[in-house]
Amino acid sequence: MAGTEVLGRVTWRSGKVVALFDETSSARTIGIVVPDWPGHVAGQHIDVRLTAPDGYSAVRSYSIASAPSSDGLIEITVDRLPNGEVSPYLTQQVMVGDELEVRGPIGRWFVWSPEQVGPVQLVAGGSGIVPLMAMIRSRASAGSTVPFRLLYSIREPGAIFYRDELQTLSSQGDSVVVTYAYTRATPKDWPRPAGRINRELIDSGTWPANLQASSYVCGPTSFVESATDLLIAAGQDRERIRTERFGATGERK
Amino acid sequence: MNASMNYLDGNAAAGELSRIFAADITSAEGKCANCGAKKSFAEAHVYTRCPGLVARCALCGHVLLRFTNVRGRLFLDLRGMTYLSVDGAPLMSGEARSGHAPKE
Repeated sequence: MAGTEVLGRVTWRSGKVVALFDETSSARTIGIVVPDWPGHVAGQHIDVRLTAPDGYSAVRSYSIASAPSSDGLIEITVDRLPNGEVSPYLTQQVMVGDELEVRGPIGRWFVWSPEQVGPVQLVAGGSGIVPLMAMIRSRASAGSTVPFRLLYSIREPGAIFYRDELQTLSSQGDSVVVTYAYTRATPKDWPRPAGRINRELIDSGTWPANLQASSYVCGPTSFVESATDLLIAAGQDRERIRTERFGATGERK
Repeated sequence: MNASMNYLDGNAAAGELSRIFAADITSAEGKCANCGAKKSFAEAHVYTRCPGLVARCALCGHVLLRFTNVRGRLFLDLRGMTYLSVDGAPLMSGEARSGHAPKE
């Protein structure tokens, strides 16, 4: 599969799983080394193809979580869906040393690179954090001090991905401002009751409209639609809002 | 029409469409043949729970693109767009790619 690349065209390559890390009880980060990986930009995704012995194959898209690097190592974080065809395998069965067919990197629209100098507003719903984390990591690895703010809507405290790293990255100088918003259960003594994202949360958890931030919104379709409408209602310019939808189930295909 | 929100967006179609397009499709601009909206393909609403892929205009719902795989042949119907314009620079490497990221 790997190899025959025609003039930069995106082709299937065989990657090797080199690391596994559980982010939550249902989500796992998978480190994959891909030979001849052309490099990526934060926000891009890959397709993963699994093929059964009888030839049946399934393809799913997963955002890259890691910052761009030159060593051919990429990380994806996969959330297990109860009735998923692919995510149960990737979160429960795949082992270090296994081969995975991957295609990518894909997409040059929902991307952020450190050459961009304006302030950035990230809005994540659930596993929509993954490509936004790549942007946060890309900013950190490039030493960028561009103002970054993350509004991270999550079901409950135990469902947070990258918790310790976000804690570190939000407590340094020139740090990322992180606001958590819980939809079902909050930590003890949390000032805001659990609930869906709303105007008050947008006002307190995002940059004021006059900063003209570039916004990146990623999550399930219904979350993306409501968050985008709320950002626009708060005065953000629609043209500066980029979105990526994971679908109602969280699995993109 | 979109009340059920059972759509994704152009980002989700990009991997499959890379079988036909050498250039990145998400950052391509398409003009809707119905309402005339000019938008990035990433913003189109994409339906995947059907044979193949269907992309609809995010503003008016008009079908922009249909893509199907029938017994190993790929069919692409683009008549819902008056045009599709892509970045003309060759897509060669990661270094070149980062240069195409949107600028402020």
